[in-house]
Amino acid sequence: MYVAVKGGEAAIDNAHRLLADRRRGDRSVPALTLDQIAEQLALGVDRVMSEGSLYDRRLAALAIKQARGDLIEAIFLVRAYRTTLPRFGCSEPVDTSAMMVERRISACYKDLPGGQLLGPTFDYTHRLLDEELDGDAEVEPGHQRADAHEPVSRIADILGGEGLIEEDLEQSPLEEPGDINQTPMEFPLSRAMRLQSLSRGDEGFLLALGYSTQRGYARSHPFAGEIRIGEVEVEVFSPELGFAVPVGRVQLTECQMVNQFKGSAKAAPQFTRGYGLVFGQSERKAMAMALCDRALRAEELGEDIVAPPQDQEFVISHCDNVQATGFVEHLKLPHYVDFQAELGLVRAMRAEHAERQAESLPDMKEAAE
Amino acid sequence: MNAPTYNFAYLDEQTKRMIRRAILKAVAIPGYQVPFASREMPMPYGWGTGGVQVTAAILGPDDVLKVIDQGADDTTNAVSIRKFFQRVAGVETTTSTPEATIIQTRHRIPELPLHEGQILVYQVPIPEPLRFLESRETETRKMHALEEYGLMHVKLYEDIARNGHIATTYAYPVKVEGRYVMDPSPTPKFDNPKMHMSAALQLFGAGREKRIYALPPHTEVISLDFEDHPFEVQRFDKPCALCGAENVYLDEVVLDDRGGRMFVCSDTDHCETRRQSLPLEGRVGGEAAGVGSSKTSATSIFDAVVHAEGTPPGRTSSGHPPLKGEGSR
Repeated sequence: MYVAVKGGEAAIDNAHRLLADRRRGDRSVPALTLDQIAEQLALGVDRVMSEGSLYDRRLAALAIKQARGDLIEAIFLVRAYRTTLPRFGCSEPVDTSAMMVERRISACYKDLPGGQLLGPTFDYTHRLLDEELDGDAEVEPGHQRADAHEPVSRIADILGGEGLIEEDLEQSPLEEPGDINQTPMEFPLSRAMRLQSLSRGDEGFLLALGYSTQRGYARSHPFAGEIRIGEVEVEVFSPELGFAVPVGRVQLTECQMVNQFKGSAKAAPQFTRGYGLVFGQSERKAMAMALCDRALRAEELGEDIVAPPQDQEFVISHCDNVQATGFVEHLKLPHYVDFQAELGLVRAMRAEHAERQAESLPDMKEAAE
Repeated sequence: MNAPTYNFAYLDEQTKRMIRRAILKAVAIPGYQVPFASREMPMPYGWGTGGVQVTAAILGPDDVLKVIDQGADDTTNAVSIRKFFQRVAGVETTTSTPEATIIQTRHRIPELPLHEGQILVYQVPIPEPLRFLESRETETRKMHALEEYGLMHVKLYEDIARNGHIATTYAYPVKVEGRYVMDPSPTPKFDNPKMHMSAALQLFGAGREKRIYALPPHTEVISLDFEDHPFEVQRFDKPCALCGAENVYLDEVVLDDRGGRMFVCSDTDHCETRRQSLPLEGRVGGEAAGVGSSKTSATSIFDAVVHAEGTPPGRTSSGHPPLKGEGSR
């Protein structure tokens, strides 16, 4: 059946060719440029960078183009590329309190040092379709703040004074944060490893899980302590120089969720925190991540584990959309060998069933008579 | 952006070393699932990323690679993985079982017994044989550590109590060297006996689940059973309709919508080799089946089947699997 071997190859080649054709679509419509995607579909690009865990707008835009706008496929393309890149080492922890914030809000205070800064948000837009966008009408530039950048203190620093909220954890200099790419996943995972997984976990999955905690599954009474979006500097320690040097800037969205906590045998009553941090502007994801992080701390805080969002095996094993989509979609692959085995079994069982029916039928007839 | 250049067999050497260490540990503890830091691969999880990583880690420039899916070299995913290694490693590929040094497989073990020096790499979706009895990894690892396999025996017993026999037809659990219960990957249980004392090294890679396990050559692999309900493999009551092979695993090919079907070898290389070595008159379907003819280019299995109509051993149109004693060769 060597002929068929060739047939399979030709079929795949032709499928790829048709895919390329469909991706391009109507040739009379100009092709999208990567700049157009990066500039005008920026939030999609941010999601691909965040869940693809590679901070590169151009590659993310390329992946979106190649994936025909299927963001999970684009995330997969980026992941498959990043896995081949050399790993130079760890950056210094980024300092989000030194962030150049473009947006910063807190739901806990009416006003706070640094102020409430709405930034480019959909929050108070009316969701009415804007026919103007069908064309390329002139768009006014946004207002720029003239005054100097005021330091924007973090919610933890504000509440921290009274011991009302748990402190930031100090990372011991000897303790490596771990890397989910370099170590096999073994449960239970440290919080650092869980946060890494959540940060590149599927937005939809985390959103649904976070939502469920608001609806009574592992309820944790959250307040959006603070959400901030902006650029931070990334520094890498250089052994040659003996100090850390900046290597670039990344845009991040950080969410500090503040959760009521009655106290347990392990901890005194105080506000606890759930944490979310993702690449780019992705507030929904950062908030969902913070809710999930808090729920996953149940064991550490001595809470009863009663719902899926508190179960790290459940959450972390299923939050990666590249893994999930792969395994769900692999059902498309041929399974006929196993199906054949099941066919044989069902046929045999049906035959036995029919035999038993036939045997018992006369008895039943008798009984009826 | 520079055009990405890839290392031999795609993975970087550091990653290969990490995988090789996991493989060595797996070989040292047959049947034990070794966690490894599985990488993203350019094909989706569930498409054989574990097997591909294992193959990439053990592949050398002199290796001859064969890739099968459902026993066949021509299934799309087998074609795709073979092409991948042709592209990133430039190794020689083959469809011939005895000529291959590495065979990557999904769902089958070749019919021809493997020989010493060969490596069979399995693609594994769920490496944990206890997974559907206990969904927690922390628990199942404990159960393996304590050799606590009672749950599995209870499950098999319940099958017998309900159905009169064990209702597991593929991914049928085995015990390795009297110690670890192991998932043979979703091969039909027909293939389980081939794992026992095989001369080849058998490696199992589960990419999404991040586990590698192994059976070194000449390892005892026993399918779980009970004294009064011994393990049995599937039996087909007719030989392959194309090559006449008996005691091989067959695929059911549906011929029409009136219940017509035929049974042919799942192992395409085995079938092909047999048909080439058989004398012409001995071949089922003969010339028309696309063998021995010089103009085979347009011949597909369906052509072969259609032409084989009227050759009694080559077809059944009764809509049920061939029953024992019905039209034997």
